[in-house]
Amino acid sequence: MRKVMTGHKAVAEAMRQIEPDVVAVYPITPQSEIAEYYAQYVHDGIVHSELVPVESEHSAMSACVGAAAAGARVMTATSSQGLALMVEVLYIAAGMRLPIVMALANRSLSAPINIHCDHADAYLARDAGAFQIFCESAQEAYDYTLIAQRIAEHEKVRIPGIVNLDGFTLTHTSQVVEPLEDERAKKFVGPFKALFPLLDVDHPVSWGTFAMPDYYFELKRAQAAAIEEVAGVFLEVQRAYASLTGRRYAGFIEPYRLDDAERAVVVLGSTAGTAKVAVDQLREKGEKVGVLKVWLYRPFPYAEVARALGHVKQVAVLDRAFSFGAMGALYNDVAAALVPSERRPVLSNYIYGLGGRDVTVEQILQAFAEVKTARPTTGLRYLGLRE
Amino acid sequence: MADELKGWKDLPLGGVVPGGAARELNKTGSWRAERPIWNEEKCIQCFQCWLHCPDDSIVLTAGKMTGIDYDHCKGCGLCAAICPKDALEMVPEREGTCAK
Repeated sequence: MRKVMTGHKAVAEAMRQIEPDVVAVYPITPQSEIAEYYAQYVHDGIVHSELVPVESEHSAMSACVGAAAAGARVMTATSSQGLALMVEVLYIAAGMRLPIVMALANRSLSAPINIHCDHADAYLARDAGAFQIFCESAQEAYDYTLIAQRIAEHEKVRIPGIVNLDGFTLTHTSQVVEPLEDERAKKFVGPFKALFPLLDVDHPVSWGTFAMPDYYFELKRAQAAAIEEVAGVFLEVQRAYASLTGRRYAGFIEPYRLDDAERAVVVLGSTAGTAKVAVDQLREKGEKVGVLKVWLYRPFPYAEVARALGHVKQVAVLDRAFSFGAMGALYNDVAAALVPSERRPVLSNYIYGLGGRDVTVEQILQAFAEVKTARPTTGLRYLGLRE
Repeated sequence: MADELKGWKDLPLGGVVPGGAARELNKTGSWRAERPIWNEEKCIQCFQCWLHCPDDSIVLTAGKMTGIDYDHCKGCGLCAAICPKDALEMVPEREGTCAK
C-alpha cells in the first residue's frame, strides 16, 4: 500500500520490519528522527529490540560491535560528526567482520558547524571497510535498508553496510513510499544466522584478537575479499527484491537516457532526481545528454561505470564534498574506472551543494553547457558558488 | 617458520580464534627477545614470580614452582626483577638453552 512518509520514517519502517535484536544509537541532526521513531516502537512494544541509549556515537558503534559479536542482529544510524566519532570503531566492526547495518543521514562536517546535506561524512567512512549504498528517494532508502541487511548478513560478506540518504532533502521530505507488507519484508530479509557467537558458551571463541606482522596483512586481504563479494551478492539480492516488488532495480548503477548520450553527469544520491529533470529539459531541445547514478559506492563498480560511459564524449562528475588537496572522491573513482578503457570521455569535476547549498536544475544545466567545450584538466570546477 | 604460516584464504572470519581458550592453541611467546632462565637451587619457592607474571607463565606443579611456560612467556623480565634470590636470569633468546 502506498503511503506518504519522510525518508526517516521509511528507514524506521524497514528497521521495524527487520526488528534487529539490538539497536544502539545516539541522536544527531538530521538522523535523530530515526532513533526517535525506533525508540517509540520499542516503548509501544511493537518491536522487541534492545534499544541501547548510549552516551556517544563511539559508544553506539562499540555497543553494536559487542552485540554483533555476541550473536545479535544489530542496526544503528547516524550523521556527520556522529559518524566521525564512530569511524574508529567502524573500522573495527569491518575488520571483525560484523554485519552491522546503519542509515547515514548525509550531513556536512564541521567547521564551520552546519547541519545540512553534503557527502563529507560518507566520504570520511569511504575506506573503513563498510559497503555503501546511495539512495535517490525515500522509496530507495526503504528498499535498500532491507537489501543492505540481507547483503551484510550473507555468509560470503559479513561486513557493515551504510545506507546513505541525503540529510533533509530525503530525511525530512514527505514522499510517496510503497513499503512491503510486514510478512513479505521479514521473509525477504530472512532469519539472522550468528557466526561464532560469544554467547554460545558450548563453542567458545576469542574475538578482537591481535595480529603481528606475520598475520595482519593476510587478515586484511581476507577482509578485502569480503567487500569484493558484496558485488555479486548485491546483484543477487537486488534481483530477488526486484522480482518481489516489481521495482526497476538492476545493477550497481542506474543510467538515465544514457544510451545515445554525448554528455553525461555522474552523481550520488538525491541529486540524481534534479539531474534527470535537467536532462529531460535538454532532451526536449534535442541535446543528447544523460545521467549516471551510482547506487553502490563501495565496492565501487569500476567495470560497469566504464561500460556505461565509454561512448560518452564529455562527462561531468559531481562531488558533494571536497577531498581537500585532491580531486573529488567520486571523480577519482570514475577516472580510475576509465583508465583501462580505450574509449574515454573527457572528464570534468564539479564540487557542488556543500552544507545544504540548494542543488538546482540550473546548476546541472550549467554543467552540461560548460562541458561541451571542456578540455582534459585536473582543476576543480564549482556549481552554485559565489566567487 | 614461513612455511607454517597460513595464507589469507585459510584464516578464520575476522581473526576469530576458535576453541575459546586461545592460550592452548596459540604459542604467543614466539616474539620473545629474552627468556628467563630459572635456577632451581637458588629458588626459595616464595612465588613472587608467579604473582607478578602478567602472562601466567610461571608453572606451578603440586604447589611448587617447577619452571617456565616458554610457549607463552613474552620475556618481559618481571620475574627476574622481582626475584629476591636472583634465581631467574634474563638471557638473550638466541643464547637460550631451554627446549622448544
